[in-house]
Amino acid sequence: MTSLLDTISEIEQSAIGELKSASDQSALEAWHIRYLGRKGKLTQVLRSLAGVANLDERRAGGQRANVAKERLEAAYSEQRSQIEEQRLSSVIAGERLDVTLPGIAVPRGRLHPVTQTMRDVLAAFVSMGFQVAEGPEIEWDHYNFEALRIPAEHPARDMWDTLWIDYEQDGRRPMLMRTHTSPNQIRIMEKTRPPVRVVVPGKCYRFEATDPTHEWMMQQVEGLAVDDGISMADLKGSLTDFARRIFGPERRTAFRCDYFPFVEPGMEMRIDCFICRGEGRLEDGRPCRTCHQTGWIEILGAGMVHPEILENVGYDSGRYTGFAFGLGIERIALLRYGIEDIRHLYANDLRFLEQF
Amino acid sequence: MRVPLNWLADYVDIVLPPEELARRLTMAGVEVGDIMRSGEEWEGIRVAEVVKVDPHPDPEVERLRLATVELDEDERHTVVCGAPNIAPGQKVAFAGIGTRLIDGRTGEPTVLKAARKRGVESAGMVLSEKELGISEQHEGILVLPDEAEVGAPLSSVLGETVFDLDLTPNRGDLLSVLGVAREVAALSGGQVRDPSIEHAAEGKPIKGRVAVQIAAPDLCPRYVAALVENIKVTESPSWLQERLLAAGLRPINNVVDVTNYVMLEMGQPLHAFDFAGLRGGKIIVRRAGPGETLTLLDGTRREMTADMLVIADAQEARALAGLMGGSESEVTERTTAVLLESANFSPAGIRRTSQALKARTDASIRFEKGLSPRLPPIAAQRATKLLVEICGGHAAEGMIDVYPVKEKEARVDLTQERLHRVLGVELPATKVRRVLESLGFGCRWVPPDRYIVRVPYWRTDVKIPDDLVEEVARIVGYDQLPTTLLSGEIPAFSPQPLLRLRETVRDALAAAGMQEVINYSLTTREALAKVLGPEELAINPPLRVANPMSREYDYCRPTLRASLLECLAKNVRSQPGMLSLYEVGRVYLPRDRELPREIESVCGLVTGRRPDRWGQPTEDEAGFYDAKGLLENALDQLHLQAHYEDTIDYAFLPGRTAEVRTAGERIGLIGQLHPRVTGAFGIKADVAMFELDLDALLPHVSSVPHYQPVSPYPSVEQDLAIILPEEVPAARAVQIIKSFKLVRDVRPFDEYKGTQVPRGHKSLAFAVSFHNPAGTLTDEQAGRERGRIIERLKRELGAEPRS
Repeated sequence: MTSLLDTISEIEQSAIGELKSASDQSALEAWHIRYLGRKGKLTQVLRSLAGVANLDERRAGGQRANVAKERLEAAYSEQRSQIEEQRLSSVIAGERLDVTLPGIAVPRGRLHPVTQTMRDVLAAFVSMGFQVAEGPEIEWDHYNFEALRIPAEHPARDMWDTLWIDYEQDGRRPMLMRTHTSPNQIRIMEKTRPPVRVVVPGKCYRFEATDPTHEWMMQQVEGLAVDDGISMADLKGSLTDFARRIFGPERRTAFRCDYFPFVEPGMEMRIDCFICRGEGRLEDGRPCRTCHQTGWIEILGAGMVHPEILENVGYDSGRYTGFAFGLGIERIALLRYGIEDIRHLYANDLRFLEQF
Repeated sequence: MRVPLNWLADYVDIVLPPEELARRLTMAGVEVGDIMRSGEEWEGIRVAEVVKVDPHPDPEVERLRLATVELDEDERHTVVCGAPNIAPGQKVAFAGIGTRLIDGRTGEPTVLKAARKRGVESAGMVLSEKELGISEQHEGILVLPDEAEVGAPLSSVLGETVFDLDLTPNRGDLLSVLGVAREVAALSGGQVRDPSIEHAAEGKPIKGRVAVQIAAPDLCPRYVAALVENIKVTESPSWLQERLLAAGLRPINNVVDVTNYVMLEMGQPLHAFDFAGLRGGKIIVRRAGPGETLTLLDGTRREMTADMLVIADAQEARALAGLMGGSESEVTERTTAVLLESANFSPAGIRRTSQALKARTDASIRFEKGLSPRLPPIAAQRATKLLVEICGGHAAEGMIDVYPVKEKEARVDLTQERLHRVLGVELPATKVRRVLESLGFGCRWVPPDRYIVRVPYWRTDVKIPDDLVEEVARIVGYDQLPTTLLSGEIPAFSPQPLLRLRETVRDALAAAGMQEVINYSLTTREALAKVLGPEELAINPPLRVANPMSREYDYCRPTLRASLLECLAKNVRSQPGMLSLYEVGRVYLPRDRELPREIESVCGLVTGRRPDRWGQPTEDEAGFYDAKGLLENALDQLHLQAHYEDTIDYAFLPGRTAEVRTAGERIGLIGQLHPRVTGAFGIKADVAMFELDLDALLPHVSSVPHYQPVSPYPSVEQDLAIILPEEVPAARAVQIIKSFKLVRDVRPFDEYKGTQVPRGHKSLAFAVSFHNPAGTLTDEQAGRERGRIIERLKRELGAEPRS
């Protein structure tokens, strides 16, 4: 009896001992066959139990042998997963990548910074319920000036130095490169009835020498909202909301009186300088160049649509009021990206454009 | 307009510091563009008293003297001085060693150094007006008023603060110190003191000696003439000269200075004629005769046209009305009597003349903004008073005042309801009245809702109730108004498919690696002639700008090609690898008597060597198929089926150019540029380019793609290789293969020309995807379909299967 149990213990011990030295898959399998295979040592002991006459002895031997078998199977699968893990880690170690090398080159292209800024500006107004419309870049004097209360001999024409198209009709030059997007106020109101809420993006042109703050081609966005009950308070609110969407939620705005023949009252909006935080000086005491030390940056011109203009397009100016504004996209782009010279924008140097 | 604050203070108390006053004016619409302080540049220059003047020790030197100046009880300096007018007891401007000055001889800035003059050390300098930058005067030293405090900085004695105003065109009344004073009074709560116009009239009556006739009342609503005799024309007193200089005008003589002074003070331009230069004591305000000429004060001889207004005497034109006087009647030292003109001219007429003659003067700038016809008599009296006081003249009794159609006093009614509607806030009637009255408006409140407002004569810009709304709002302060968001109905949506299409294309091209550029819309005819054929340019000549800024930008571009190639030429040197650029913009196609057709156009180009896995340029040149891939990708983003047909175009290489078509309509062009074209732009490399006309493309784009159910059955992929005559386009084979019922998709994947195929033939391989929407397709079924395809390709295209 004792000898049977002892034999099982001996087999178990020697099997555990040998298992430790089975360091690869094939040694492990050989070990398994040797002890747990059909002709394995422990299997043979189990088989030999059938010949044991004493019932108690047979049961005790059987139990012991089954315990040994379970232990060896458990040890076997543990050793197997260890071997597998070791194999994988050596494979991984050999196939290590230098993760700092660049990825496979994909050609890169970008939208022009003015396009990007234009989209953001339009998106801000679209989310306030404005629609986007467009108009011609080459315009009639009528829409660009006359209908906006700027007749031929009006001194306000000096505010828009004009590029005229070489085309004469009845001894006059009636065609021009539009100097602003404002003609679309008229074009839109001629086609629609209130309520109106439209923004009109587009290129404009001036007869103007270029310098760090002036370009002769520029992109503007015209805004127009006309309805029963629109006030200057709404104008201030809408434009302040816009300024915060573009320049940050903490932005403060200031409105000063200004003159455009097609609005009354007229105004200009300023935002507090986001470089010096309205202080006029940088933290190190140097003067702020972004706002010219004033703490404020002029952003756009605006006003309440002149009642004569509403009447001329057939709106009842006693009932309907509205506001209009016009802003220059380049100026906003310069401020956003910290560009010091507007002429970079249309010089189209790729080393400049690739940065946006 | 420059407004010296010392002058301004004559008419209104200045209770605010200059910066705060400037801020309030700016916020109220009177923009102070700059606060100029004369004297800021006089750092280190102080008031000194001349205590002693001795002759120079060297008896040879007669011109130089030794002056001892005192700045303080303990601080005396001896300087060598050449000024003839220096004398003990004078208060003078003294600069010590190291002070920055303007060199009296050269006019250049300089730093004062210790100097020996004829053996005597000079410890500084007593300064002339020129050295201080005040005037051109360099004959003698500047002598300061006796009350100047010895030792004080010069800027505290002579320094002047001047507001440089950037005025809006509607406010002609602010082109005067008095006009600005009225704004200051309203913004800081003061009273305006009008300048005095009272003067003695000792002379004989003007009536009977001067006759004024207005022959063109449409251009001259009012003409006032006054006569001052027995005057002596000389230099103006220094206070008058200094005020004019501070305001930016050069003193001329006392008569002209008085007219300029009153213009700056009240805004009314005046003209003084030498009375002796006017024939027959007559003034005729009339249109110029054909070919009539006049030599002006500036010495130019001008030929006038019939829509220009002149001031003539019995013989001929003596002045160009509202612009400039003539040289014949100029006031000179010999003048003893002047006829003073104070008139009102039509703004449009003055502006037309000024533009036609390209002449702008201080007078024309004021007239073209619109002045009140009620101002001339007031200004005439003010100027007469000053002429009497300053030039020692006798004023003739009375004035000639021709004013055929008297302007009514302007009255505007404003309702409280309108004020509220426009501003979005209720303002108390007392406040509204107070604001309007502070600006000189007469205001009567008629409860419950109405203000009856009398507009002061100088405010020619106020015509409608909303003008008054602005007056109230700007003085109260725009920042005091509430801030609300739009609350009304949002208008019905109207789609803008072209905008959407354009932005989709922009995104697709950028996402595929192309850089967007934006070029100027104007170009040159020469640049266009490089990319468009001569016939094309002749048939559709591009629009020209009549007044271009430069020869570089004088034609409205009918194509984006030229600008894009110029852009490439500028960049090609700094970019060694592959370059792909595109632009989206309008092109302008002229039409008869109409605005040009503006087409949203897209132009893209690819050039240079393709990159390898590292982004390094390889030996492979990008070409036609790179451009085509980019274009196909963009069109695919639009879910647009396009096909390509051989074509020819002036700018492109024959045999490498295709029209892009969809549903039978041409929507664009693609090809390799002709080396003649690229060469003309200085580009050596091959360039492939495409163009899209978004307006033509638009009708073929649907806003959303139509959904196709995904089949549960697998497809069978088989390749098919054929040999075709070279001239048969691959697209024809694709079209045939696609027409088979069991073919879901077909893609060419190889093209071969060479020794393995017969001459004049090419080998093409296609990956065909077979699929049966009704059930699982077997390889055998696919193979049978493939066989039928080959039969048809043989029959229709002369194709041979390739083993």
